[in-house]
Amino acid sequence: MTNHSAAHAATAPTRAPAGPGPRRTVTDRAGLLDLVALMTGDEKHSPAAHSTLDALWVLYDRVLDVHPGNVDAPERDRFLLSKGHGPMAYYAVLAAKGFFPVELLHGFGAYDSPLGHHPDRLLVPGAEIGSGSLGHGLPLAVGTALGLRAQGLTGPAVWVLIGDAEFDEGSNHEAVAFAGAYGLDRLHTLVIDNSSATHGWSGGIAARFAGEGWSTATVDGRDHEQLYRAFTAPHPGRPHVVVARTEPKYS
Amino acid sequence: MREQFGATVTELLEHDPRTALVLADIGTAQFPDAARDHPDRVVNVGIREQLLIGVAGGLALTGMRPIAHTFASFLVERPFEQVKLDLVHQGVGAVLVSAAGSYDWPAGGRTHMSPGDVALLDTLPGWHVHVPGHPAEADLLLRHAVAAADTLQYVRLSAHQNAERQPVVPGRFLTVRQGSRLAGVVLAVGPMLDAVLEATETLDVTVLYAATVRPFDTVGLRAALGDRADVVLVEPYLAGTSERAAHRALEGRPHRVLGLGVPVAEHRHYGSISEHLAAYGLDAAGLHAAIASYLW
Repeated sequence: MTNHSAAHAATAPTRAPAGPGPRRTVTDRAGLLDLVALMTGDEKHSPAAHSTLDALWVLYDRVLDVHPGNVDAPERDRFLLSKGHGPMAYYAVLAAKGFFPVELLHGFGAYDSPLGHHPDRLLVPGAEIGSGSLGHGLPLAVGTALGLRAQGLTGPAVWVLIGDAEFDEGSNHEAVAFAGAYGLDRLHTLVIDNSSATHGWSGGIAARFAGEGWSTATVDGRDHEQLYRAFTAPHPGRPHVVVARTEPKYS
Repeated sequence: MREQFGATVTELLEHDPRTALVLADIGTAQFPDAARDHPDRVVNVGIREQLLIGVAGGLALTGMRPIAHTFASFLVERPFEQVKLDLVHQGVGAVLVSAAGSYDWPAGGRTHMSPGDVALLDTLPGWHVHVPGHPAEADLLLRHAVAAADTLQYVRLSAHQNAERQPVVPGRFLTVRQGSRLAGVVLAVGPMLDAVLEATETLDVTVLYAATVRPFDTVGLRAALGDRADVVLVEPYLAGTSERAAHRALEGRPHRVLGLGVPVAEHRHYGSISEHLAAYGLDAAGLHAAIASYLW
């Protein structure tokens, strides 16, 4: 990977420096929103950015074993942001957790910034995948879970965040059916459901996963305790989906 | 060649714990032992080609060396955005091994023909493309492709093959027949070699053989030129696919390039490989006519 990555990086903005830079302590939602506010220029996606904020924070703050000290360790948990649209909340959480300096948030979307309107894993420390085109994260997460298992790494959890509208993409359904049939129990999907899918999901999104043998939980995407309980629920032998419902995007 | 693929990759899976094979139902019969012995590294995702490539990308993200295989139509064309994003854009490597190519199953019709696969990969950076003309070459090129850690490798297997193996070196064109200093050059790619040799038997031409077409062996092509830089490319996929690479290789010299191969127009006939090659002008008679009139 090294050589290939280097070749790519040569024609792209320099990868952001890893590490926290000047310390800024973020302990609550208001602090995160302050960081989000440092980024401008992505107005179109701002509702999407905010819909992911609480779930992302609970994951990174209380659930995932991934931090600036283990970003390259094979045993780390993986979080894949599939819904790359509206990544401000994601960048804010990564900065708050010290993956890169908070100061980088000011450059969001600028020519030389590593922080684009869709994340690029070769530029953003802590980003496991580059995303933007919808429907790629879940299949990549399936492959990641398979790769860890094939190497005997049964500890790390693999999480992927998708949106309810992103779930329209058929590639997700290929992955959901396969992972359920395969019993890929280190795979976790977080669906941020802000009712933005054009034709909706009659009967709910969780039913699509349950039908393929997944463990499911549907919770209030703003309630940190509900999110935490759903994220940490045991699901032996089965992949797990958490559907986090937030206020409708178009209300 | 597909049998060789089964034997070679089974052996690689046995000896290199980093390798993993991803299938989408097609080709599973070639790997009974590997699937039994390495269930975590031989994964059949079912008839799900977007997932085939996505899984390959995910495996590579964890440090594995994925080998993904199905027919070219379903490996390159159908999940092309996955090839672009789940492999290239993520900055990871993989080995894609296709079968059926352009015309291997003519009775199967257009749905199972992918003459544009190499041209599509030309729109993306970093791909190495191998087109073996014999099972023994497939064995060598597969081993080379898998061993080239973290690079993007495409190996295009075909039922169409040459009678003899050539002593190929990955990435290099091979001089198979040397013409005079006045001769033009014919570059035969993979399975096209036998027909090219027969077609040019009575002509003064230099025949080069390519089992690797990307990167394009610029040095090899230029070294084969005599006093004139007139080149005919004979490719078993879309005609003209390598024309741009040839023009670039010949930059700075007055030159001419003719690209022969599978026509872009749909050919709505069934039948056999040889009937299709004849219809495309890629049998010895058709090639002789095209080459003789272009180089003389």
